[in-house]
Amino acid sequence: MSEDIVIYTKNLTKKFGSFTAVDNINFEVHRGEIFGFLGANGAGKTTAMRMLCGLSKPTSGEGYVAGFDIRKQPEKIKQSIGYMSQKFSLYEDLKVWENIRLYAGIYGMKDHHIAEKTEDLLEKLHFTKERNTLVASLPLGWKQKLAFSVSIFHEPKIVFLDEPTGGVDPATRRQFWEMIYEAADRGITIFVTTHYMDEAEYCNRVSIMVDGRIDALDTPHNLKEQFNAHSMDQVFRRLARKAERKE
Amino acid sequence: MDRNNNYQSPTVDYRLPAVVVENVHKSYGSVQALRGVSFEVERGEIFGIIGPDGAGKTSLFRIMATLILAQEGICTVDEFDVVKDYKQVRKRIGYMPGRFSLYQDMSVEENLTFFSAVFGTTIRENYHLIGDIYRQLEPFKNRRAGNLSGGMKQKLALCCALIHKPSVLFLDEPTTGVDPVSRKEFWEMLKRLQKQDITVIVSTPYMDEANLCDRIALIKSGRFMTIDTPYNIINSFDTPLWSAKSDRMFRLLGDLRQYTAVDNCYVSSEFHHFTVRENDFDPKTLAVQLMEKGHENIRIEQIEPTIEDCYMHLAKN
Repeated sequence: MSEDIVIYTKNLTKKFGSFTAVDNINFEVHRGEIFGFLGANGAGKTTAMRMLCGLSKPTSGEGYVAGFDIRKQPEKIKQSIGYMSQKFSLYEDLKVWENIRLYAGIYGMKDHHIAEKTEDLLEKLHFTKERNTLVASLPLGWKQKLAFSVSIFHEPKIVFLDEPTGGVDPATRRQFWEMIYEAADRGITIFVTTHYMDEAEYCNRVSIMVDGRIDALDTPHNLKEQFNAHSMDQVFRRLARKAERKE
Repeated sequence: MDRNNNYQSPTVDYRLPAVVVENVHKSYGSVQALRGVSFEVERGEIFGIIGPDGAGKTSLFRIMATLILAQEGICTVDEFDVVKDYKQVRKRIGYMPGRFSLYQDMSVEENLTFFSAVFGTTIRENYHLIGDIYRQLEPFKNRRAGNLSGGMKQKLALCCALIHKPSVLFLDEPTTGVDPVSRKEFWEMLKRLQKQDITVIVSTPYMDEANLCDRIALIKSGRFMTIDTPYNIINSFDTPLWSAKSDRMFRLLGDLRQYTAVDNCYVSSEFHHFTVRENDFDPKTLAVQLMEKGHENIRIEQIEPTIEDCYMHLAKN
């Protein structure tokens, strides 16, 4: 496998009893790429993502993330990735700096390195004054920007973002995406799910899951051409309407 | 209370506004959440409240739903004061809070039966209002609400908010985290409720949904910046808007912002949008500069604003 490929799956499948949540998915993600992983609620995105993060064992098929086998080396994978989701990312009853310290410690960063990087981060986010604020009292948009920064604090090869901007207003979403662009520019691979179709346009390539399968995968430009659509929203609706299974 | 025979939907005067809010102020300690908000919502209107987190949207919903008190100002629903006549108001409204707030350890059907009973009605009596949504939930009616997926929880919450045929429905970010297809279905249903004269006040972070409202209010830091139809808000965008694209979009953003004539610049789907400081802005000069900085396949065009551009414009000023 080439150095450039950071995620690779072959016939990756997950069944729960008789229910096939993820059905033979095949794809590759390249280094520094922003890869959009789209699908309706219940299409299988979270299950697939959990396998890629080493949290759930596939029923069949293969997958490699950051060069490690998702079946045999899940712990190695966890050390090489970052993760954030809309639902849970930071500890609400810890202060801003305590959250940074906690995550950096978990990923094994050295104390002096943490201290130095914390200052840089707080400054970059204009959070210097909020250092001692409890995360619970931050507005959602700020929380999400902090959560993203924390998820890439240890400079992982890949970061998995599960609906990172859910409920965030348009202005803050854009600031968030500028942070994503910047991380990708530094070579961090971004694997992101979203329900905002304008955000799908910001991705280099996009896959769309329907009923556990990947039904489409290409650049936003090519997908629009392929489906004769003028927006990603139209592409998504055309595909998702085929879905047979309900959530 | 006689649950089956005694229930009547509240009668309303169709000529009067459904909701009136006048100069409402709300503070939490030193934090001012609402700083004098006023508006009226017509009967049968879908009224959208659009704004960033922390702008005061949820406080406003809670005041209208009689759950918290404003320090100053008046708010009425169907002519009833939310403070003095709170019991009347509660009978007339349906409220779907942003955070899932049904009973997680009761089943789908138990939740719905419970909410009908509280309002002295039955599922059967108002089934016509919720049928479209509830049919999708029926296969799971014995499942505990806590075990439903996000989209299903939203549908159940809406059913519970509707089961007593409210005259005004308050929806605090009902579609956050819901996929585009389900969101579309949700809005189609709001349009059907509107035909039955139910007034809807809804907040959303999705600008395509803002477009579907009859009127919207843009709120920022506890104040309404503007209240109008989406059409009028778009028409009042008073400065030329441009879009730009090249093969290196992230670098383009930084390069555009460094260009002196460029004012507010932000990403927007496959383009970057920007306003300009000078009336005689020349896109050709900009294109040449961008080419010198290594951009290829440059496209710069003047475009019509969308509601999202209006939001970005107002949010900045």
